Amino acid sequence: MVQEDKVLDARGLNCPLPILRTKKALGELTSGQVLKIVATDPGAVKDFEAFAKQTKNPLLEHAEAAGEFIFFIQKA
Amino acid sequence: MDEKKLAIIATKGTLDWGYPPFILASTAAALGYGVEIFFTFYGLQLLKKDLSHLRVSPLGNPAMPMPIPMPTLMMVLPGMEGMATSMMKSKMKAKGVASLEELRELCVEAEVRMIACQMTVDLFEFDTADFIDGIELGGAASFFEFAGESDITLFM
Repeated sequence: MVQEDKVLDARGLNCPLPILRTKKALGELTSGQVLKIVATDPGAVKDFEAFAKQTKNPLLEHAEAAGEFIFFIQKA
Repeated sequence: MDEKKLAIIATKGTLDWGYPPFILASTAAALGYGVEIFFTFYGLQLLKKDLSHLRVSPLGNPAMPMPIPMPTLMMVLPGMEGMATSMMKSKMKAKGVASLEELRELCVEAEVRMIACQMTVDLFEFDTADFIDGIELGGAASFFEFAGESDITLFM
């Protein structure tokens, strides 16, 4: 189980806000720390994979439960 | 430096078409791109401090989803444009879509470079004091200075 250092509530936000808020939140973390993001935008799954790949901040885990998408991204 | 670059030309000044430049610019900046937007013709409207004048028109816009089917002739009636605009704004709010002002502010924070086309500023007699701070003025050559080194160039 991944342990987060910070949680970002992106529920109810639509593209591209979850990604933009994530970028901002990661900026407040130090290398190695983990950000947990909760989103409801169905497009978020592909977008977070793409974001992690392009920014080289690893997407450690993602899950879906009750219409919510949960992502754990580690700051590179 | 191997930073990727995105150059955008923004030519539209309606509420709906104001979105693509700011969505893509802010997202690209979040992905680490250096971004420049060149605003020309009606796109200059997107630089005004106050964006509340932007409208979306159902006239000549047959793909716009309407609550009930309406003949084209109805679209010219007074109030139709205002109605379509407020409907779109409330729908966007309900769906968690950012406002144009918010997206533009995120672009500014992410140091997206914004250039206003000098020729069209003069043509339409825009007062640059009405624009948000940090806007540069430039011409076609200054666009190519950046676009020539960009990985992606988009015309909107």
